[in-house]
Amino acid sequence: MKLRYIDEFRDPEVARRLLSEIKKISRRPVRLMEVCGTHTMNIGRYGLRGLLPHHVQLISGPGCPVCVTTTKEIDMMIKLAEEDVTVATFGDLMRVPGSHTNLNHQRARGADIRVVYSSFDALGLALKNLKPVVFLGVGFETTAPTVAATIIEAKKRRVRNFSVFSAHKLIPPAMEALVSSPDLRIDGFICPGHVSVIIGLRPYKVLAERYKVPCVITGFEPLDILQGILMLIKQIEKGKAKAEIQYTRAVKEEGNLKAKEVMEEVFSPCDANWRGFGLIPQSGLCFKEEYKEFDVNSHFDIKVDEAKEPLSCRCGDVLKGKIIPPQCPLFAKVCRPANPIGPCMVSSEGSCAAYYKYRDWEIA
Amino acid sequence: MIKQIILDHGSGGKASHDLIKEAFLPFFDNPLLAEMNDSAVFEVGGKRLAFTTDSYTVNPIIFPGGDIGSLAIHGTVNDLAMCGARPLYLSVGFIIEEGLSLEILEIIISSMKKAIAEAEVLIITGDTKVVPKEQVDKIFINTAGIGIVETNCNISGKNAKVGDLIVINGTIGDHGMAILCQREGINFETPIKSDTAPLNKLVEKILKKTNDIHAMRDPTRGGVATSLNEIAQQSKVGIEIWEEALPFSESVLGAAEILGIDPLYLANEGKFLAFIKRDEVDKVLNVMYSHPYGKEATIIGEVKPEPKGKVWLKSKIGGKHLLDMLIGEPLPRIC
Repeated sequence: MKLRYIDEFRDPEVARRLLSEIKKISRRPVRLMEVCGTHTMNIGRYGLRGLLPHHVQLISGPGCPVCVTTTKEIDMMIKLAEEDVTVATFGDLMRVPGSHTNLNHQRARGADIRVVYSSFDALGLALKNLKPVVFLGVGFETTAPTVAATIIEAKKRRVRNFSVFSAHKLIPPAMEALVSSPDLRIDGFICPGHVSVIIGLRPYKVLAERYKVPCVITGFEPLDILQGILMLIKQIEKGKAKAEIQYTRAVKEEGNLKAKEVMEEVFSPCDANWRGFGLIPQSGLCFKEEYKEFDVNSHFDIKVDEAKEPLSCRCGDVLKGKIIPPQCPLFAKVCRPANPIGPCMVSSEGSCAAYYKYRDWEIA
Repeated sequence: MIKQIILDHGSGGKASHDLIKEAFLPFFDNPLLAEMNDSAVFEVGGKRLAFTTDSYTVNPIIFPGGDIGSLAIHGTVNDLAMCGARPLYLSVGFIIEEGLSLEILEIIISSMKKAIAEAEVLIITGDTKVVPKEQVDKIFINTAGIGIVETNCNISGKNAKVGDLIVINGTIGDHGMAILCQREGINFETPIKSDTAPLNKLVEKILKKTNDIHAMRDPTRGGVATSLNEIAQQSKVGIEIWEEALPFSESVLGAAEILGIDPLYLANEGKFLAFIKRDEVDKVLNVMYSHPYGKEATIIGEVKPEPKGKVWLKSKIGGKHLLDMLIGEPLPRIC
C-alpha cells in the first residue's frame, strides 16, 4: 500500500543515488550530530548507519525532551502526583525513573495520572472536573507553543483549576553549549526538523557564523536524512559553514511567526538545568507575570530532596555526544527499556532506546 | 524483580513474558505449560486434544468491526486453530458491572452467537457474576476452548525450520489501531475497522492440502513483531522480515505516522503468521486466496539459521535493524 507524501521520501532508488554521491565526495572523516531524537530513531529504523561510509560518523545529541529533564524535575513531578490532583502528561514521561520511583508506579499505587495527546486534552479534564489538573509541560519549541495556546485559552475561560509544570527547553542554547565545549568535536549539525518549523533558520545562522559549524535543517524521512548529510558533507569538503534548509517543504526561513508570538505571549526565556549539561543560560521557558496564575508553583509548594543520579549511568555524556550509547557500561546489560536506569533508555526519542531498539550490530 | 503489577505486564510483550516466567511458571511448572504455545496439546484415550483459555477486557466494548463478544469467541477459536486443532466446544464466563444495560448485553450476546455459528463451535458451559459498580469496567469475558488435533499434525512454535517462508493472511495492525482511534477520538473518512475473525475454517482448509506448516501464531497483543520473536526464540532460529512486503492498509499507516506508533506492535484479531516449507508455499497461498480471510495473504519474510532467537527487518532502502519484542504498552510520544 502506498502512502502519498511519505513513500516518495522512502524511495530506494533515490536513496542509492544519494548514498553513492556521499561516498564519492566525502574525503575527510566527519562527526555529524543529529540533534533530534526522531532523527536518531529513524537513522536506526532505516538502518542508515550501516549504509554510510565508515568515516561518516553520526552522533546523537540532546534532542529528546524527556531525556534532558533533570532527575530533580522528575522527582518533583512524582511528588506532585501524591497530592490531591490530576496529573496530565505525555506518555513518554510515565516510565522515566526519578530518584526512587516513576509515574507509572505512582499510578499503580493510586495516583491520578492521565496520559494525554495534547495539552488541550489536559485543559478539557480541568473543565470537566473540580479537582486541580496539572499538565507536565516537557518539550522543546515544537511543544511549547501549543502549551502556551492552552494557557491563553485557560485564561480566557477563567479556568482556576488548571496549571502547568513548565520544564520546557530551548534547542539553540544547548547547541551553542555543545559547540563551545572544548572537549567535543562536531563537524556539522543535522538540525531538528520539527523545532525548526517553529524557530526558522536564524538561530542556526548565528551558530554557523560564530562557531564555523555547518548546520542543515533536515526532515525525518530516510531521503531527507541522506540529503541533509550530503549537504553537510558538501559544505565541509568545501570548507564552508552555512546554515541551510533541506526540509524546505515544512520549514520557512522565518519559522512560524504565529507560534513564536503565542509562545512569547506566555513565556520568557530563563536559565534552566539540563541533564548532563547543568545550567544553560536562557535555555528554559518561565511564566510571564500576566500568566503566573497558571504556573504550578503558584498552586503547590513542591519540595524534594536533592536528586540522586543513577550510579554509572552515562546519559549525560550520551546527550552531549561524548559517547554513543553502547559505550555506556550499563547499556543493554542492566539498563534496558524494560528496566531503564537513565531517561535516554525510556523515551521513544531517547538515543539509548533507539540504539537498543534497533541494535543493528546484533544482526550484522 | 517485579514488585507490583503495572499495566505493561498485561501488554502481551516482554513485560508479560517476564511476569509469566517470574510469577506463574515457578508455581505451575509442567512440561505441557512449558511449551508456551497458544494452546496446550495433550493425549486423552488415544486422541490428541488442544485446550486454551483467554480473558477479554477491551475499552470500548463495542468498536468498528466487532465487540468484546465476537472477540472472546474469535480469540479462543484462533488460539486452538494455531496449534492445528479443530475447535469443538467453548466455555464462557461473564463478569458484569452492575448497571450495564440489557440492550448492550444483547448486542454482545448476539454477536457471540454469530461468531460461534461461523466458527462452527458450541458453547457448552458457562458462568455469570455481577459485581458492584466500578469493580469491573462494564463487562469482562473469559472463554476456554477445546479442540481435536489430527495425529499427523505437528504444528508448534518450536518447529519453525531454516528456509521456511513466513506468510500472513492480510493487513497488519487493524484491530489495535481501530481500538486506539476509537479510544482517542481520532476519526478518518473511512473508519479503521477491527479485523476480528475466526481463522479455524481457513486453517482447516490449508491443513487438508499440506502437512508442511511448521508453526503458526496469531499476532494478537504485542503484534506481529512480538509473535515473530516468540517463534524465533522457541525454534532457535533467526527471522528476516522484508519491509517492502509488509501489508498495511493506508489508514492504519497514516494513523501510525500521526501517533508515532509502529503498527508491527499493534494487536491483530483475525490474522495469523504461518511458517511454511518453502516449496509448499504456493499451494498454501492458493488455498488462502480462495478464502475471505486469506485473500490478501502474502509472504513477508523467511527463516534464517543465524543469529538465533533474533528477528530483523530489512528496510526498503536496504538497511537492516533488529525487530525486538514489545517492551511495554505503546505510548504516544511528545513530538
